[in-house]
Amino acid sequence: MARIIIDPEVCKGCGICVSVCPIKILKISNIVTNKAGYFVAEVVEDKCIGCCSCAIMCPDSAISVLKQ
Amino acid sequence: MEILYKKSRMLTDTPLSYCPGCTHGIVHKLLAETLEEIGAEGNVIGIAPVGCSVFAYKFFNCDMQQVAHGRAPACATGIKRCNPDKIVFAYQGDGDIASIGIAEIIHAAARGENITVIFINNAIYGMTGGQMAPTTLVGQKTTTTPYGRVVGINGNPIRLCEMIATLDGPCFVSRVSVSDPVNVRKAKKAIKKGFENQINKKGFSLIEVLSTCPTNWHMNPVQSLDYVKNEMTKIFPLGVFKDCQEGN
Repeated sequence: MARIIIDPEVCKGCGICVSVCPIKILKISNIVTNKAGYFVAEVVEDKCIGCCSCAIMCPDSAISVLKQ
Repeated sequence: MEILYKKSRMLTDTPLSYCPGCTHGIVHKLLAETLEEIGAEGNVIGIAPVGCSVFAYKFFNCDMQQVAHGRAPACATGIKRCNPDKIVFAYQGDGDIASIGIAEIIHAAARGENITVIFINNAIYGMTGGQMAPTTLVGQKTTTTPYGRVVGINGNPIRLCEMIATLDGPCFVSRVSVSDPVNVRKAKKAIKKGFENQINKKGFSLIEVLSTCPTNWHMNPVQSLDYVKNEMTKIFPLGVFKDCQEGN
């Protein structure tokens, strides 16, 4: 089981991670914003397979992936 | 708990100055990870260009020099000749390398300088507000070609990799893309090869990375990645154009 950690202050809410996730467990929040005012990405389901596609494609290096 | 992916040590904690979804960030990560993997920490000198990536010296955790517009290969030549044991890379955009700096890149390649040049091709001048670049696609709308680029008036896009590959000097010339995770992994391999050639004193390496500019293309980041995949790769085909190890 893997776990995605998103740094909300670094995320710019571009949505690339959401589009590349093969099991669609990420989404851009429509409630939570960071200090810069961006709606940030968040994990909605705890089913991560640890492929790291989101982390590889994140332009701002906001995503880390851990294996439990 | 095992770490599958985390930010490279070669990147600083400074927030990137790029727009949301700009693939400059992905290429920065690839460069940083590659340098970390080849064990070059503390032994690297980078050249920051003029353009959106002008602040690259803030983002990389290595020695950096910011140079005049288009002169990165010339400056890299000087730095590499004075410090032959250091790994030197130049990071340039398409307006920088293919327009004002085309003389420098062609002569650095022809001399076969032992440097690695990363060329970010997003088909537009990003920092100055989306004007037409030498690599703008035919029909692409920019602020200086509001009805689309017309061949009879604005000319044809420049394919720099193919041009450089005709010279005898360069060792490795490749065009990659960062439009999806598969291509990002391929891009990382190409960048790694560029640095390995430099370590093995094989000579000049140019890696062109097809990149996006969501702000000036007036698309969202995901649409602009699709544009790279579907439109840009038709004009700028991906592949290796010269590889001295394979005798091309």
